[in-house]
Amino acid sequence: MNSATTASRYSSTAIGLHWVLALAIIGSFSFGLYMTDLPVSPQRLRYYNYHKWAGACILALSALRLLWRLTHRPPADLPMPAWQQRAAHATHQLLYVLFFAVPLVGWAYSSAAGYPVVVFGVLPLPDFVPVDKDLAALIKPFHKYLAFTMAALVLVHVAGALKHHFLDRDGLLARMWPAGPRKDFA
Amino acid sequence: MKTYFVASALALLAAWAGPACAQKLIPAQSEISFTSKQMGAPMEGKFKKFDAQIGFDPKKPEAGSIAFSIDLSSVQIGDADTLAELAKPGWFDSKRMPQATFQSSGIKAAGPGKFDIAGKLNIKGNARDVTVPVTLTQTAGTTLATGGFVIKRLEFKIGEGDWADTSMVANDVQVKFKLALTGVGAL
Repeated sequence: MNSATTASRYSSTAIGLHWVLALAIIGSFSFGLYMTDLPVSPQRLRYYNYHKWAGACILALSALRLLWRLTHRPPADLPMPAWQQRAAHATHQLLYVLFFAVPLVGWAYSSAAGYPVVVFGVLPLPDFVPVDKDLAALIKPFHKYLAFTMAALVLVHVAGALKHHFLDRDGLLARMWPAGPRKDFA
Repeated sequence: MKTYFVASALALLAAWAGPACAQKLIPAQSEISFTSKQMGAPMEGKFKKFDAQIGFDPKKPEAGSIAFSIDLSSVQIGDADTLAELAKPGWFDSKRMPQATFQSSGIKAAGPGKFDIAGKLNIKGNARDVTVPVTLTQTAGTTLATGGFVIKRLEFKIGEGDWADTSMVANDVQVKFKLALTGVGAL
């Protein structure tokens, strides 16, 4: 499990975290869109709590992922124009920022609105902002803006990966594919 | 003009009747709050409007009487959606039953500065016997009465229908109060 020797692929841990978080983030985003339109009901309240729990998990896993990323060198860039390299790196960096910003802002909103987050109903998260109606109203839209920004970046990220796979046919997808290097990617 | 006279007359009457009911609540220094848990997450609410009629001498607690009323529509909790939901018939039904009341039936000393106040709590027309432990502390003419008790929200039909599910909103609601009073005799 030495990342330096598998330079053509991300480490298994990085691959695992990537896909688990991809599912969790896409799931929470879609769920968030759905639940906010529901009328006030126990079901809606339940969904909000699930969404918060998912957000807390995403935050924790993202911290783990950032630590892993900082301590493990990813595979070198495949040959591509410099602007594409810069764009890819900028997208990745912004995504990392948003992995933290979106759940943190959601958590801050929840605290400010007077709904402390208790993960799985047992693990209380501290309120790092005071309960304040005006502050809550100020924070609320930013959770959405940041989430939509992340969704847009995910689309860019996916579009880039598909471009490499289908147009450039450079095997980029195999580096992050869970099943290991496959012939049709090479 | 007529209203003004009536108001003045009432004010005079109140001023005259004042000394008879010696103890008064100082609303600005008083607080009534409650904590309800939703899927384990505590939510704190407050009531902004409440009043009390108190006839109480710490030396003769048994002879005392306390009546309390809370304006349920003065609740502050969560966001606007939560407030709108709370006003509905399934919750506080505050349009139809705006007041929650407490009337003491017996006060007993329970240690230095401590009293147990038994009485009837009535919310939404549902009355239940409760015993409220109160601790009194006195500073420069002001008596601070603090205490708390737990009610079962379903006994008062608070949160009916789909909301009766206690895995979602816990049945236990912790009520806490801090009441500043003037005119209470020395402990």
